[in-house]
Amino acid sequence: MTDTVAVCMEHITKTFGKVCANRDVSLDLRRGEILALLGENGSGKTSLVNMLSGIYFPDSGEIFVHGKRVMIRSPKDASNLGIGMIHQHFKLVEVFSAAENIVLGQPGSLFMSKKRIEAEVAALAQRYGFEIDPAKKVYAMSVSEKQTVEIIKILYRGADILILDEPTAVLTPHETEKLFAVMRKMKDDGKSLIIITHKLGEVMAVSDRVEVLRKGEYIATVNTRDTGQAELTEMMVGRPISLRIERPERPVGEERLQVVDLSCLNAEGFKALDKVSFSVFGGEILGIAGIAGSGQKELCESVAGLYPSIGGAVLMKSEYEGEPVMEPILGLKPDVVSSKGISMAFVPEDRLGMGLVASLDITDNVMLRSYKNGRGPFVDRKRPRALAEYLIEQLEIVATGPGAIVGRLSGGNVQKVLIGREIAQDPTVLMVAYPVRGLDINSSYKIYDLLNEQKKKGVAVVFIGEDLDVLLELSDRLLVLSGGRVSGVVDPRTVTKEEVGLMMVQDLSRASDGEEAPPPEQLRLDLQMQGVRPGDDPGSGLGDVPHSTQNVASDGHSDGAERREP
Amino acid sequence: MSQKQRKGREPLIRMVKRDDLSTRRAWCYRGIAFVLALITGGLLILALGHNPFSVYRDMVVGAWGSATVIRETIKLTVPLLITSLALALAFKMQFWNIGGEGQIMVGAMAAGLFGFFAAEIFSTPVLIGLMLVAGMIAGGIYGLIPAFFKAKWNTNETLFTLMLNYVALAFLKFLMNGPWKAPGSSFPKMPMLVPGGRLEQVLGVHWGWILALVLVVVAWFYFNKTKQGYEVTVVGKSQDTARYAGINVKRVIMRTMFISGALCGLVGMLQFAGADYTITEGITGGVGFTAIMVAWLAKMNPYGMVVVSVFIAMLERGSNTIQTIYKIPASASDLLIGIILFFMLGCEFFIRYRIVVRGRGPRSREEAGHA
Repeated sequence: MTDTVAVCMEHITKTFGKVCANRDVSLDLRRGEILALLGENGSGKTSLVNMLSGIYFPDSGEIFVHGKRVMIRSPKDASNLGIGMIHQHFKLVEVFSAAENIVLGQPGSLFMSKKRIEAEVAALAQRYGFEIDPAKKVYAMSVSEKQTVEIIKILYRGADILILDEPTAVLTPHETEKLFAVMRKMKDDGKSLIIITHKLGEVMAVSDRVEVLRKGEYIATVNTRDTGQAELTEMMVGRPISLRIERPERPVGEERLQVVDLSCLNAEGFKALDKVSFSVFGGEILGIAGIAGSGQKELCESVAGLYPSIGGAVLMKSEYEGEPVMEPILGLKPDVVSSKGISMAFVPEDRLGMGLVASLDITDNVMLRSYKNGRGPFVDRKRPRALAEYLIEQLEIVATGPGAIVGRLSGGNVQKVLIGREIAQDPTVLMVAYPVRGLDINSSYKIYDLLNEQKKKGVAVVFIGEDLDVLLELSDRLLVLSGGRVSGVVDPRTVTKEEVGLMMVQDLSRASDGEEAPPPEQLRLDLQMQGVRPGDDPGSGLGDVPHSTQNVASDGHSDGAERREP
Repeated sequence: MSQKQRKGREPLIRMVKRDDLSTRRAWCYRGIAFVLALITGGLLILALGHNPFSVYRDMVVGAWGSATVIRETIKLTVPLLITSLALALAFKMQFWNIGGEGQIMVGAMAAGLFGFFAAEIFSTPVLIGLMLVAGMIAGGIYGLIPAFFKAKWNTNETLFTLMLNYVALAFLKFLMNGPWKAPGSSFPKMPMLVPGGRLEQVLGVHWGWILALVLVVVAWFYFNKTKQGYEVTVVGKSQDTARYAGINVKRVIMRTMFISGALCGLVGMLQFAGADYTITEGITGGVGFTAIMVAWLAKMNPYGMVVVSVFIAMLERGSNTIQTIYKIPASASDLLIGIILFFMLGCEFFIRYRIVVRGRGPRSREEAGHA
């Protein structure tokens, strides 16, 4: 145990029932370094650090902090040892101010001086370069501000070992940069940091060393500057893998889904969606980008008939006595829509809370959308079981059989059941929300392949994603949401990540100044200023809608034509 | 492992979740729990100055020893079993219907409306049919009320159904003291049901027991094989998923609670026309609450409920017997039932979790290996 080692975990094993979360894993964290803990979902990153922060107790193995062997039995023990963890889900009291949250649970005198605390917090913030207003209430904060409060809270308690569990998942690219700057400052100040992530770019950007876990086992620890993304991926997955996402080119088909001026309120009564308009065509993937909470959830749920809207229309292509028509479906329940012969598949963000029933088996989940078929009071489980067996085989779902309980499957397999069921409906429109969230690399690529397959079949695919790199590689057109409004539709082949990042944080409400949507000209100007080609039809989102969606239609076609010429 | 190391010790006891216990082991645990319950109960009996073995024997004999007592045990089982089925249906939907008591009373009173006042008008089969339908509809509506409020305004059904029990009880007392008071009685009680309104006996017990067994099978099919049963399960697990699947959640809640209440109402009618022949405050015999336990112990499985409700009926019947034989106070025999149920429910914890005591876990064994 040299002086330079802050934490040393040796031969840690932890099992949950049959599942072995960590098997003989070791970790050492030096003073004044940033260690990235890299691994796919389910590789045991979080459970390993949870043993360091006192949430779990290891079955076997030893933990040394600053060279002394310790037993960490509770988060309090961890805190006393100077270990602090910033969780993925923040643990803050909404109605308290930043300063109040920071001192919460700290020993002190009966009365606390608000001024003194606020001064202390401000001093800490200045030291590390945080931007924070100590008197601001948590409910009024953005996600990134809340995260800042969490970090300061840990620092205030005197932690010199900080663990950040996927801190960038909720941040925009810009906010991520700011966080990294703060992390570097903390490092220079002698703090030791562990960052958990599965994003390789971030590992390369911020860490000094990388420890890779795979399936609960320790693989290797390497210096970040001696390695590359390809090598890390290989260690993480266990074999070399291509990180390229295909974008097969195919002619764009007819308009399948048209959203016109769709507006929704959120739970607080503010506009979650404000006059959102766009069209989706057969044989394309329309990507939807935006920072978390920009209205993505409301958008797909209201199109799917699961969220109330306050205005606008959703039209789906249908047929009336052989004539193609656009049928309004907004506000109709999902079963009513499907009874009209319209087939829309929807893979919701909350897989086990909305798309599936965790405690039922695969067969029962597969029949969720079709159980009403057939006459009589009894359900037919024969066909669903056959379909379940087919899906297990086709999508390589790892399960004991159709009778396996969905909640016990791994994240990737859960998603395969869900997407498999939705695709089996033979949809004309397929809407997927965050389909690869929490999935390992293999499963993610399988999902991209499935989406591309649907696109090739002529299905109109709406892909709501969070990873900009993926959105730019996979989609044919990219719609950017900002604060519930469409800030533009761009061509992902030509636009840069930075341009999209700017569109994601564009304050459209200021531009519109109240009720009126900005005239298309102004928006076009905005986009030009951000370096988006005018030909990418930025006007599609707002303004004169039927006309502008028409524009999208024609543009989509011409774009497609252009693209197909090599 | 030198002595300079920080003195921190492993926690004394920790719980480790397990999901790998085989069904056989699980039943083994339940068996052990049962034996432990009997031993604990035996110590109690010993403390009261009796021989535990003879007391236990007399309990069993008191419930199964002769044709007469067997009939009595079955009579206790029937309302318990049907009420358990009714409650399990609601519980499967995560609707905590603890208003079985009230629904039973309302069912009995609706049956009484015909039994007391229309007995001369109708022939026996028609009268019984009317009582049956009236009891079920009244119970169903009484179950529908909290379901409606739940569906409409998301009120708390636990409080709502519980409170409705007292409303039903108060109304029953009002009828007993006033409008429905038996003529010529100085004591507040209702008249007896005329023989023409009483249920036929099959093998010495009113035919409700056959109905109960039929309902067990029907309930199993309803839970596992029907579209409605599937809807109930999905709504119970996740309302968001149910909406996503196009299930009308409000309708399912109201429909299911109507059925649940109707089954409880049926119990009221059966107790009135088959067992008590009158209506008193004690018409439910507490089954509205006992059935909650039965449904949970049987893990919502109708066939399991047959076993559990027979077992509980046996305990009740047997404790009556030992009260009279050994002059054990009624509260002591209740205590005995309580001990058995405590152990049975408590062992479910050990089936789900493993306890690791300091120095006994895999961790310490490994350390011992190092040393």
